Amino acid sequence: MSTVTELLQQVVEGVGSGAVYASLALALVLIHRFTGIVNFAQGELAMISTYVAWQLVASGMSFWLALPVTLAVSFAGGMLIERLVIRPVQNAPELTMVIVTVGLFIFVNAMAGLIWSFTVKDFPQPFPDGGIDLAGVRVDWSTLGIIAVVAVVMGLLYLLFQHTSVGLVMRAVACNPASARLSGIRVGRVLMLGWGLAATVGAVSGVLVAPLLFLEPNMMGGVLIYAFAAATLGGFDSPVGAVVGGLLVGVAETLAGAYVDVIGADLKVGVPLVTILAVLLVRPQGLFGRAAVERA
Amino acid sequence: MSTIVATLATDRARRPRAALTALLAVAVAVGAPFYFAPFQVFQLTMVLVYAVALAGLNLLVGFGGQISLGHGAFFAAGAYTAAVMLDRYDTGHLATLPVAAAGCFLLGLGFGVPALRLRGLYLALVTLSFAVFLPPLLKRLEPVTGGSMGLTVDKLQPPAWSGLAEDQWMYFVALTVAAVALLLARNLLRSRAGRALLAVRDNESAAEVMGVRLSLHKTLAFAWSALFAGVSGCVYTWVIGYVSPDSFSFVLSITLLAGLVVGGLASLYGPLLGAAFVMYVPSWAQDISDAAPGVVFGLLIIVVMFVAPTGLAGLVGRLRSLAARRPTRTTPAPDRTPESAPDTDATSASESSAPPTPADPAPADAEPVGAPPRTEKE
Repeated sequence: MSTVTELLQQVVEGVGSGAVYASLALALVLIHRFTGIVNFAQGELAMISTYVAWQLVASGMSFWLALPVTLAVSFAGGMLIERLVIRPVQNAPELTMVIVTVGLFIFVNAMAGLIWSFTVKDFPQPFPDGGIDLAGVRVDWSTLGIIAVVAVVMGLLYLLFQHTSVGLVMRAVACNPASARLSGIRVGRVLMLGWGLAATVGAVSGVLVAPLLFLEPNMMGGVLIYAFAAATLGGFDSPVGAVVGGLLVGVAETLAGAYVDVIGADLKVGVPLVTILAVLLVRPQGLFGRAAVERA
Repeated sequence: MSTIVATLATDRARRPRAALTALLAVAVAVGAPFYFAPFQVFQLTMVLVYAVALAGLNLLVGFGGQISLGHGAFFAAGAYTAAVMLDRYDTGHLATLPVAAAGCFLLGLGFGVPALRLRGLYLALVTLSFAVFLPPLLKRLEPVTGGSMGLTVDKLQPPAWSGLAEDQWMYFVALTVAAVALLLARNLLRSRAGRALLAVRDNESAAEVMGVRLSLHKTLAFAWSALFAGVSGCVYTWVIGYVSPDSFSFVLSITLLAGLVVGGLASLYGPLLGAAFVMYVPSWAQDISDAAPGVVFGLLIIVVMFVAPTGLAGLVGRLRSLAARRPTRTTPAPDRTPESAPDTDATSASESSAPPTPADPAPADAEPVGAPPRTEKE
């Protein structure tokens, strides 16, 4: 295998894992746009959604039937969490909201352990084995499937936000909640909807990553850090940025692990740390984000 | 006028009471290791160790208004400094403390510089990813840190003259360190730097206009806070005698923050309550199931944020002021008929209405979490 094909192979694998980071980053960005907070529990919500899918499949349901059910459950769960946990601290200082989502993180993580125990579970691979060969670069069906699913989710979100009346209302709330409320929009409901959507998108990332990582309560911890890096890189208020950021972080991580000896497989988790630090120091608004202008 | 007199009177009345309470606390603290079984003494020692780290975190989060989800990393740095010095250079235990403290102070200073440009959420992100990154890094630096096997070092041994058992001696060492640390934190907050820190937390712009150098004080808050965590980690190594990367996963960082929140942010004795919480709740809940500590922790954090943002420490103060407020509503104002009002009511009334005196720690306890929102959300 020539050096170039090897490099391309690594890039393809990077894009595959990057697509998963992108979908979780998308969930983070959605919530950040609507409520202005970074949801530290996003990964754990995705993890528990994945457990729901696993439970359904384990009880005999086919994967492609279990998926929509899981997404619906996640949607309802996200709405419920917004109403019960986030709404009461909506106007509290940032510190309080961070602590509440960290509390949610710990709680959800432990609940999954309580219900399904901490033993690793095998998650069914929804995509067929094997792959196709593109000029010596092998692309697995699973990688292609992940990319396709994330692209579909992106497309649906785009259609929702740009071409439906619900999307218009949601954009209005994200843009200016007070003004939206004055024009008769039920802001609370829209926020619930936003959290529901984010939980659904997060659930997609959990289901996609579970066959690769094996299912256990701490599965999403690492993915979350990458998603943070992706969202920071793309800009916390840009959905497009989240996807581009996710792909870039995925490729960077794979390449750094493969070609930089000092990093290797074990220190790959340093890549998101460096990414976050570098972006925040050089271009805090991210690649696609708008710089926040603040009146003190 | 009579309120002032009443304040002075209660202050005078309170001083012997406070002294008595302090004396009692000291007596209990000193007597405890002779009363309890060695394992219980060990647990108390660990409470004191965690209290030091939480006091440091409190400086940063409670009083500085900056978020750190990575304080376990500073704790680990202190612990590893001590372990490596004992393991490789065989310097006695005592020599490791100043090195760990100074090293972590510098580390915090270095971390505080990028933290200047990051606020709120972003600081939380960076500190969390640092905490996630540390264990693999420790495993990688195997020649120094012993890799994933960790390092086993000698525990602290009691000197022959003391006649104490190992656990008792370690308890007293931890008690001394914790007492010094808590006093230091208290005095730090009453110094120029501490007041500057509170001003920055409450309103950055206003503080800057008043001449507080934001960058200096925010960085220093990080450095001091890291120093406390490092000292705590150092004593941890003395007590446990073993360090490994897996003891310092990011869960430790989150647990520390959780303990502080439950104990009471921006409270002087909140760290002690929080440390007890961090030590005892997991060991009680563990009996039920492996996951139970997390369920209890997570739920309590959320509930505390909803109903008692000042934590356990603040809850005591709030209940007291609630109890104090009740009777004043029914009795006539104390300054009009001071003689007719029952004595206890007059005291409690002045307690709730008196301006905070500088020697009184209560106002700090009763302060709400973090800062009021810096910028109004639109």
